[in-house]
This record gives sequence, structure tokens and C-alpha cells, in this order.
Amino acid sequence: MTTTEPSYLENQSHRKGLASWIFSTDHKRIGVLYLISILIFFSVGVLIGVVMRLKMLWPGTHLYSAAAYNAFFTVHGVIQIFLFIIPGIPAAFGNFILPLQIGAKDVAFPRLNLLSWWVYVIGALLALTALFSGNGPPDTGWSFYVPYSLRTNTNVTLAVFAAFILGFSSILTGLNFITTIHRMRCPGMSWFRMPLFTWSLYATAWIQILATPILAVTLIMVMAERILNLGLFDPGRGGDPLLYQHLFWIYSHPAVYIMILPAMGVVSDVIPAFCRKNIYGYKAIAFSSLAIAFVGYLVWAHHMFTSGMSNTARMVFSLLTFLVAIPSGVKVFNWIATMYKASIKIEPPMLFAMTFLFLFAIGGLTGLLNGALATDINVHETYYVVGHFHYTMFGGTGMGFFAALLYWFPKMTGKMYNKRTIVVAWAHIFVGFNLLYFTMMIMGWLGMPRRYYSYPPQYHTYHVVATVGSWILATGVFMFLGAFLVALKKGTKVAANPWDATTLEWKTASPPPTENFQTIPTVTGGPYEFKDGHPA
Amino acid sequence: MNRAYANTTVAVDSVFWFIAGASALLLLLVTGLMVFFAIKYHRSRHPQAQETYESTLLEITWTLIPTALVMVMFWYGYRAFLTMRNVPADALTVKVTGMMWKWGFEYPNGKKTEVLFVPLNKPVRLNLKSVDVIHGFYIPAFRLKEDVVPGKDNYLWFQPQGMGAADIYCSQFCGLKHAYMMSRVEVLSEADFTAWYTSTNTTVAGTLNLSALPGIPLMQSKGCLICHRLDGTRGTGPSLLGIFGRTETVIENGKEKSVVVDDAYLRRALKEPSAEIVKGYADVMPPVPNLTEQDLETIVATLKQLK
Ligand code: HEC
Ligand code: HEM
Ligand SMILES: [Cu+2]
Repeated sequence: MTTTEPSYLENQSHRKGLASWIFSTDHKRIGVLYLISILIFFSVGVLIGVVMRLKMLWPGTHLYSAAAYNAFFTVHGVIQIFLFIIPGIPAAFGNFILPLQIGAKDVAFPRLNLLSWWVYVIGALLALTALFSGNGPPDTGWSFYVPYSLRTNTNVTLAVFAAFILGFSSILTGLNFITTIHRMRCPGMSWFRMPLFTWSLYATAWIQILATPILAVTLIMVMAERILNLGLFDPGRGGDPLLYQHLFWIYSHPAVYIMILPAMGVVSDVIPAFCRKNIYGYKAIAFSSLAIAFVGYLVWAHHMFTSGMSNTARMVFSLLTFLVAIPSGVKVFNWIATMYKASIKIEPPMLFAMTFLFLFAIGGLTGLLNGALATDINVHETYYVVGHFHYTMFGGTGMGFFAALLYWFPKMTGKMYNKRTIVVAWAHIFVGFNLLYFTMMIMGWLGMPRRYYSYPPQYHTYHVVATVGSWILATGVFMFLGAFLVALKKGTKVAANPWDATTLEWKTASPPPTENFQTIPTVTGGPYEFKDGHPA
Repeated sequence: MNRAYANTTVAVDSVFWFIAGASALLLLLVTGLMVFFAIKYHRSRHPQAQETYESTLLEITWTLIPTALVMVMFWYGYRAFLTMRNVPADALTVKVTGMMWKWGFEYPNGKKTEVLFVPLNKPVRLNLKSVDVIHGFYIPAFRLKEDVVPGKDNYLWFQPQGMGAADIYCSQFCGLKHAYMMSRVEVLSEADFTAWYTSTNTTVAGTLNLSALPGIPLMQSKGCLICHRLDGTRGTGPSLLGIFGRTETVIENGKEKSVVVDDAYLRRALKEPSAEIVKGYADVMPPVPNLTEQDLETIVATLKQLK
């Protein structure tokens, strides 16, 4: 390739330094901005998690007060959900990679794209302000359940407003991606030649624009009730607290698919690249993403099996929950079938894709006990659930995010990280993760409720083991992130396509030029076609 | 002490073992295949990937078998759940009140307690009421839980099948002292229960009548009972049963000595918990927050009665 054009990393605008980044409308620069902000919040969230675990080494009053613990789990949850895992893969890697994968010069609405990052930052700043102003940080948990969230005099209103603002960032990104995918594909890039990562972003974007407004309305209702003393949710004023739970989960259940689908997309791109083989069941994977996006709306009330809904409602939601689990299971079989008779090289992205498979399988299978009515009654609102959702969100989406970072970092920066450091970090993450979260599931089944500042002595050993796990895990996570910082300075230069992968983003330079491609490519085949062990 | 359990424990555990077992097998299958392929088809052994052709039959099979399996799981879960919802007509009905941050129980004859006493092998129905925010009434030993929602009439039922005591927790976050919103259920023999239920005197043979002691709710609210049990068994701290007058080895400034527990010792244990550490225990007891002279007196008086 005869790249003479400067890469996007070289400033070509009239602005200088930082301003050339934070006012850039280049999707790649915006992707990098998102990546950096998201990783900062993720790190803060992890540190808070470690501080929570430290307290749980002992029952009773230690280190800090119950009020502080209640604020910690709320802030930890809000950060990890609204600032890390929901924007996560789409905002950082979707922004950077999606236009490249479909041979476009940018997204459909570049300025809207920049606006969405600004909205994200403003939302995040508001959330931080909520911690340090008013009557102290919110203490409701990230789910803001009424009537407690209406009565507590901590700074709930502002925190809820921050989540409301963040929702708009999500909607804008979704809108942008749908339009981009419909309108900007290069010649020959038919729907069924799109990489599965792009497919997953497409499905995700639909959920983002359809579900997020429900959250916005719900949060507005909470704010209105707190400020104007309406009686929407508070039974003391004639409201219905379960209405809140329904509204909240009508958004927040589909939101778990906003979290997981993009990670599934990453894995669907990574596995063929390191297997040198076409993905097994391309259409099945693409369609199951869409299926999940739409039927995912029908199962929200499985978060409310103990809320006192009628037996019939509980039965129907349990049944639907089991049915919705099937497409995800089928995807796992597809990925594993892709490895059959492949030629596998376990480079770091593949290592993390396989870790995703393992941890997500545990997350999914342990979800079956949540889906079955009798057993969910026991584990609901215990550490079992805390363990389970860390397996799906952190073990699933988090590992997918890590795999994406490992896979596309060379594309984004033109540099390669130290693979050995990554493997050592991986070993820590793997051991620490299972020690921490599997132990949580065990004590949860034994009855340890979640959001508990203290606990009865029979759970002590489990808490100690989990806390030790959190140290190992956090060490691994920071070693992992550190490897990229080092690579920025000292990484070896890589060629355009270091992994010998097939999709379009690898056909341009690393890092790509501002206009992405010197000439807009024309696509003649499927996304994962190899010939003699190299991209066809 | 025996472990209390109920019909619901049995019903839920059988579903648990079925689903957990099936899940473990599936996990083994998926992980096993993944690792096996990664080794067998590693590039060093298998430099050239072979095309595999998609088989519709295979895809239908791996969709239908899991579907059938999860339908069975659904059905078992649902059936056991129905057992948990269909209350026998002759059940003893107890009114449960959840409030920030304690549980109260009221029996049909007007008896009020803070510990739930129930008779062995008799169905018990609990009608759940909240006077403030949403709480969650949870008895892990019975695998039972239902939210206590203000303005809503939720219920639970169970039939105890093993005598003894079990913890009751609040499972729905309800603010500052959520973690201390605990109580206990005591399963008594039918005779003991009737004796307790019909007498005006609230003491039960073999069971401490905790609710009659004024210091117990206070100690509960101060979090003492999280670390200290009242049944002679070891918790994070020593059991407080029979504490008054017993001889103990304590460590003061690194030196062991023997003391007989009296008024002064108890007061010091509460005011300066780290001054004298009972041998074999960690120095983890926190100073009691906002301890008034009156609280101190109530607690010491109560400890004397715990015989
Ligand atoms: C975090 C757990 C914890 C909490 C909460 C706690 N204790 Fe303790 N307590 C201990 C431990 C451990 C010991 C033994 C070590 C020592 O003497 O400090 C102890 C010792 C005692 C002793 C002396 C026992 C003996 O056998 O000599 C008394 C009395 C006592 N606690 C009463 C209370 C009361 C009353 C409260 C509530 C106001 C309370 N504790 C709260 C853990 C706790
Ligand atoms: C080393 C990393 C982490 C540690 C040690 C950790 C630990 C914890 C702990 C101790 C709790 C509270 C348990 C309780 O008292 O109920 C918790 C809750 C939670 N965590 Fe994490 N966590 C980590 C990473 C993550 C990540 C990556 C995510 C998101 C992907 C996440 C999402 C959440 C959420 C949503 C909650 C619920 C908060 C609430 O109850 O409102 N955590 N975590
Ligand atoms: Cu409560």
C-alpha cells in the first residue's frame, strides 16, 4: 500500500492540541475520546469495587460508615452501568470501526456524533457533582427504587438527572449508527456482506433509540415527584411503587442487550480472524442479534418475581425468559463450531474471546436459576445475583471490550502492545474474577443479601475469599490497562493488517488516514473469506 | 442446635439441584469442546483450516435440544413455585410488619413479638405489610422471600419440618440500617408452641423469650446481634447467653488474666471494647455509637437476664 496521506492522529484542522480532539468531528478521534473517558470511569469504578470489598473483610463497623458503603455501591453501579458498560463498545469501538468496516468516510452525522460525546461528558460531570453537593451522594443503588428514592434526602434528584442526560448520548449514537449503516455502505457491501460486529451495532442501535426514551420518562417522573410532590409512585400519596419497577425494567432489561450484543459482535469478528476460517452460521448469528433485540423487550418483569405480581404474570415472564435465552445459547454453539477444523492461533484477542465464551457461558447458565421461579425466589436480591450479573456484564461485555481493545488497538494507534504482559494480566484476571464472583454466588445461594454493609458470621469465610479475589482481579485489570499506556510510548510499529484479518478496516493503513480509505473500496465477497490461510 | 427447615426448602432444593446439575454439564460440554478444538486445531498442528459446511440439521438439533431442556427447567420451577403460593385453608395467619429497620409479628390472638415463633408441621401464612418503604422478607433456610410493599397485600406461607432457629433478613435495600434489619424464626414443637401461644406469660420452655426483654430490640438496633448470638454458639463474638458471672480469660495490654464477668466488666466491654479482649477472639468489636447511660443500663440489665 502506498499511503502518503497523513494519519488521523496527525492534526489537520486549524485547531491546536486538545481542542483539535475535543472539537473534532472525525469518527476516529471521537472514538478515541470515548475510549479514554470510558476507561477512566471504568478504572474509578473498579477502585470503588475494591474499596467495598475491603470493608467486607469484616462484619460490623469498620473502615467507614454504613452510609459510605451505601453511597459506594450506588456510585459504583451508576458508573459501571451508565458510564462504562452501556456506552462501552458501541461508543468507543463502534465509532472508530463501524465506518471503516462498511467502507465509509465517516458516520452519517459527524456533528451529532461529537455532540453525543459532549452530552456524555456533561452527564458524567453532573453525576460527579451529585456526589459532592447537596445532602451527600445518592444511596439508593443504581436502580433508584421508589419509594425509598423519593424519601431519602441524599442527592438523588441530580443523579437521576445525570442518568437522564446520559440517555440522550446513547440515543444520538444509536440514531447515527442506523442511518450510517443504511446509507453509507460502500459499493458491493450488501447486508449479508457486513461484518457481524456491524450487525450487532445495528441491532443494538435499535434498542438504544426505542428503549432509552422510556428510561428518560421514568427518571423525569422520579424527579417531578421529588420536586413537585406528585403522587405517581409513592403509595403515601396514592401512587404505585410497582409502576416504577415496571417502567424501570422495561428499559433496563433491553439495556442488558445493549450491553451484551456489541460484545457478541466483537467475538464474532475475532474468532474467524484467529481461526482463519469463515464463521459458522453467519446468518443465524446476524438474525439472532435482531431477534434478541426485539424479544428482549418481553421479559422485563423477571426482575420482579418477588414483588407480588400475580402468579400468572410470574409464570408467563418465566416462560418467556427461558425462550429468550435460546438465541444466545445458539450463538455460543456457532462460535465453537467455527473452531472445528480451524487453524487456531491464540493471540491475545483470541485469548480474551475464549475467556468471554467461558465466563459468559457461566453467566448465562447461572441465569437459568434466576429464570426458574422457585429458585429465583431464593436468590433474588442476594449475592448470587451480584455474582451472576458480574459474570454476564464484566465476564461477558467487559471481556468483549478487552478483546476489542486488544484486536483494534494496533489499528487505532499503529502500535503493538507487549503480548507477554497481556498474558500475565490475563492469568490474574481469570483467577481473581472466578475467586471473587463465584464465591459471591455461593454465599448468595446460602442467603447472603446484597447491598449489606455488615453480615452474620456464617458468611465470613466467603467474604474473605471474595475480597482476596478482588485484589488479584484488580491487579490484573490495571496491569492490562498499563500495557496499553506503555505501548503508546514504546510499542513496536505494526503494518496495516497485523492479524491477517479479512474485514475492511484492515485494508487501510494503521492508523488510518483521516478520510479512511484512499479510494473507496468495492466489496466482492463475504466478510470472513480466507484463501490458502490468508484473506481472500 | 438443629437447623430449621420447611416444605419449601425441600421443594426449591430439588429444582436447584436439577438446574445446577444440568448447567454444570452444559458448561463442561461447551468449555471442553472449546479447549479441545483450541488444542487439536492449533496452528502448529493444523496449519491449514478446512472449510466446514453448514448443516441445517445440526443447527435445528442444537436449537431444539436446549429448548426442550429449558422448558423442563421452566416447568419444574413453576411447579415448585405453585407449591409456594397455594396456602392451605387451615394455616395459622401471622401479620408481619416491616419498618425501617425491624420486623414485627402479630398473632391472631393479639400476641406481638419481634421473633417469629411457629409450630412444627403446621402451615403458617404470613401477611406482609410495610409502614414505610419496600422491604424484602427473606428466610434463607426456608428458601422463601417476598417483597413487603407499602400499600400492597403480599403474602407467603410455609410448613416447618425441622425444629430450631433460622435467620430472617431484609432483602430489599431500605436505607441506612438495611443490613441490620434482621430477626429470627423459631420452630417449636407443637406442645411448646401451644403453651407459649396460650399463656399470658411469654416464656417458652427451652427458648429464651427475647421479645420480653427490653434490651433485645435495643441490641438489635445497635447491631450487637450480628456478631453475638444468644444461643450459646460462637459467632464473630462470644455468645452472650449466660455471660453474667462466667469466668473468662481476657487479654489486657498483651497480658492474659482471668476475670469473672460482673457489672463493671460489662460496662467496660461496651465502652472500651478494645481494652480487654476475650481470648480466642479478634479485636473487632466497634465502640457502640451514641451509647447513652440509659442504653448502657438497659443492655447490662438484659445481659444479666440471659441465663
Ligand atoms: C463486629 C462484631 C461485633 C459487634 C457489632 C458487637 N460486638 Fe461485642 N464483641 C465482639 C467480639 C469479637 C468480642 C470479643 C473480643 C472482645 O472482647 O473485644 C466481643 C465482646 C463483647 C462482650 C464481652 C463478652 C465476653 O464474653 O466477655 C460483650 C458484653 C459484648 N461484646 C457486647 C456487645 C454489645 C452489647 C454490642 C452491641 C452494642 C456488641 N457487643 C456489638 C464483636 C462484636
Ligand atoms: C474489580 C472489579 C469489581 C469489583 C471488585 C466489584 C465489586 C462489587 C461489589 C462489592 C458490589 C456490591 C455488592 C453489594 O453490596 O450488593 C458490586 C455491585 C455492582 N457492580 Fe461491581 N465490581 C467490579 C466491577 C464491576 C464491573 C466491571 C461492572 C459492570 C460491568 C460492575 C457492575 C456492578 C453493578 C451494576 C453493581 C450493583 C450496584 C447496586 O447494587 O446498585 N462491577 N460490585
Ligand atoms: Cu428493609
